[in-house]
Amino acid sequence: MTLKPSLPALAVCTAAIALAACSNGSDTASSGESGSAGSNSGGSGDIVRINLDPYPSTYTPRPSGTTLIRGATVLDGIGGQIENGDVLIENGRIAAVGTGLEAPDGATVVDGAGRYVTPGIIDIHSHLGAYPSPGVSAHSDGNEATEPVTAEVWVEHSVWPQDPGFEHALAGGVTTLHVLPGSANLFGGRGITLRNVPGRTVQEMKFPDAPYTLKMACGENPSRVYGNRGRSPATDMGNMAGYRASWIEASNYRDSWHEYWEAAENGEDVDPPTQDLELDTLMGVLEGEILVQQHCYRADQMAQIMDMAEEFGYQVTTFHHAVEAYKIPDLLAEHNVCAAVWADWGGFKMEAYDTVRENLAMTHANGACAMIHSDDANGIQRLNQEIAKALADGRRAGLDISEAEAWAWASSRPAQALGIGDETGSLQEGYRADVVLWSGNPFSTYTRADQVWIDGALSYDRRNTDLQPVRDFMLGQPGEGEQ
Amino acid sequence: MKQLISVLAASVALAAPAAAQTYAVTNGRVVTNTDAGILENATVIVRDGDIVAVGAGAEIPEDATVIDASGNWVTPGVFAAFSQLGLIEVALEGSTTDDSANESPFSVALDVADGFNPAGTYLATNRMEGVTRAAIFPSTGHNIFAGQGALIDTSGEADSLFQAGSFVYADLSESGAGRAGGSRPAAWAFLEAALADARGYPGRFSGDHEGDALNRYDAAALLPVARGRVPLVMAVNRAADIRRAIRFKADNAPIQLILVGAAEGWMVAEELAAAGIPVIVDPLEDLPSSFDALGASLQNAARLQDAGVDVAYSTAPTADGYFNARLVPQHAGNAVANGVPWDEAFRAITLTPAEIYGVGDRYGALAPGYAGDVVVWDGDPLEVMSAPVAVLIDGEPTALESRQTQLRDRYINITDDTPYAYRR
Repeated sequence: MTLKPSLPALAVCTAAIALAACSNGSDTASSGESGSAGSNSGGSGDIVRINLDPYPSTYTPRPSGTTLIRGATVLDGIGGQIENGDVLIENGRIAAVGTGLEAPDGATVVDGAGRYVTPGIIDIHSHLGAYPSPGVSAHSDGNEATEPVTAEVWVEHSVWPQDPGFEHALAGGVTTLHVLPGSANLFGGRGITLRNVPGRTVQEMKFPDAPYTLKMACGENPSRVYGNRGRSPATDMGNMAGYRASWIEASNYRDSWHEYWEAAENGEDVDPPTQDLELDTLMGVLEGEILVQQHCYRADQMAQIMDMAEEFGYQVTTFHHAVEAYKIPDLLAEHNVCAAVWADWGGFKMEAYDTVRENLAMTHANGACAMIHSDDANGIQRLNQEIAKALADGRRAGLDISEAEAWAWASSRPAQALGIGDETGSLQEGYRADVVLWSGNPFSTYTRADQVWIDGALSYDRRNTDLQPVRDFMLGQPGEGEQ
Repeated sequence: MKQLISVLAASVALAAPAAAQTYAVTNGRVVTNTDAGILENATVIVRDGDIVAVGAGAEIPEDATVIDASGNWVTPGVFAAFSQLGLIEVALEGSTTDDSANESPFSVALDVADGFNPAGTYLATNRMEGVTRAAIFPSTGHNIFAGQGALIDTSGEADSLFQAGSFVYADLSESGAGRAGGSRPAAWAFLEAALADARGYPGRFSGDHEGDALNRYDAAALLPVARGRVPLVMAVNRAADIRRAIRFKADNAPIQLILVGAAEGWMVAEELAAAGIPVIVDPLEDLPSSFDALGASLQNAARLQDAGVDVAYSTAPTADGYFNARLVPQHAGNAVANGVPWDEAFRAITLTPAEIYGVGDRYGALAPGYAGDVVVWDGDPLEVMSAPVAVLIDGEPTALESRQTQLRDRYINITDDTPYAYRR
């Protein structure tokens, strides 16, 4: 099969499409010219490139004005805390953070006295939309558990934007979430980073320019699912063999494209390789364009995965669940890999048996990048309480960690691990104004999100039902509008 | 103080359980769960396992070991209303679970008392977070009846299961309908037939006769329910199913009924209150997780309690009941955030569950005559950042250590040169 040259990315960019999505196309086009894993067009019309963004984000921020939140306790998400602090939002971005800020003409001034302001919560591990509420069989769209290697599936093609779980997460202060395929497979498919906004289509929710991710799963799940069917992988060693065989294949695939591009750019008359969706994704990882989000629980298994990444020359971005991260903070730090964990869940399977409540705090305090995650449609609503528990448990174990430092576990750390850390996750000038105003200290059980801004637009207000989105599914149901 | 308590626990463990011990928990903010309310700078005296005095002026006996609770909260122990503590060690490893038996020929006759393991590692992890008593539940197997539940304490002692045959658990929710053959009518027909089998026991089973729904052992086990001596705990969520359950109770006097789940309970709160049926809910269940729970709401607990329903809280279904029953104070705190007065929310995880299971005169309050289940917290027990600093069960301090704290202590200091496996 020979691919038709895809349309040059810029040709499909019109004024109606967010600029960010178009700049994505041109960025990857230039990386294609430098010989990386392709893009729409390097400008040479005859050379076949792989379209890296065929389902582009159509997200457009809601209109927003200028807002000044005044006199609150500000946690900036990167360790800073300002008492009696102000946050100024202009043009959808953080314009200033400090004290005694002047309200520009026409600004909406919000009195933050007695309340807290933080960056919006980012959940790096969600299945909202892919395993939506209600959990009926027709909507069980998270695991393509038919083959252990399904790097070719993209979870955005499973996300049902009408999942009512999104609006419940919003009420919990979640402004960005990363939706992953499930963990039945060695390679579960691509994940997607979403703005927590209502949309008729998933494209309307896609975080512009966020890199794609690849879900991988180690340990019990793949070997149980496929072992029970009498096929490989049935063991931990089968899991590793399965990954390695795929990486060898992906390396060869990448090499064949690079040879083709080099020859074609030299004017030779060559046929391109046959495109393979599964290997496209794995090649994207080898090229550093797709971030590996790796489900893994045990310390020894994480160590082997990190060795495998070195073997094939790619980077693991984050270990998800990572209940034994506290045993290997030094190895994680050495390999520059983060751990995304629960505060206190475990016991549900053998590889989760060594859960400790201090996992997050210990991993962090001992030098590794650590963060909270939910993996749960209910847990995502209270990630502030989850980091509060992790912080309290860490302090009781003697670890000296401030609330301001701990907020990074729910915002800037996951932002970095999703490749959007220069866009959101902290209250810094120029960042997207993804902001939560809490009724009090968000490390308290009694505190709730009063107001949530996404890209500067007030998107949720606890006291104003006009600012509480209701998904289509809930219309006419007994729970319509219930929080 | 942690150290002190640990040492005490070790010495107590070596002594005979009946050894006379007196403790004075002094100067705390004491939540009594009685008409006395919350007492500041008060003292709780525990002697020989029971509470003998509570009050600001309580005299400290000379032989008392003093536990200074200055600046701390002192409360009755948490009573987990809907747990599986000691029944499951590793949920996905069937060999380590004793909550359900899909392949058994029996259902109602299955008694969790025969599966409860007081040495299960989550007894300690839950006790450390203030859970001192729990109702333990079987899970459903091949029909709507899961079996018989029991009441335990979390001491881990051999005698910690203090009441067996406390209730029978049946699932009449959407999942129960599936187990009964595929519909709600099938589930209710099975329940009615099972009750008829129980009422007809043993005569109906003479000779070669079988029951319509139950075999003779299951029918015998259901008889105390039919006679109203043992409560039936019934899982239902949908408002229509709750109304059906209310009618069931009225039609089957003297049956005692307790509902669990009740995601749409708020929609029938007045009827539940009028029927005098207590309800166990998870205050965090707010998603339309199935067509059984499209009315789920964070306001459920508040609306039920406002209507006068006796409400106890559980961690399930949003958190499990074998590992994380310990989170029920967090769930109660969220109920407060959603409109339940603090006193009522705290009662819903202490005294109300005890009352629902008929032991409210012994557990769930700090008053003379109550068991010495006393927890000293470093702050408001419903705050997620608070934790116990001392936990007494039956008047004896317990160790605030677990397999999880051992793992923590092994790995917390990564600069320790001792090889990991030699650190204990």
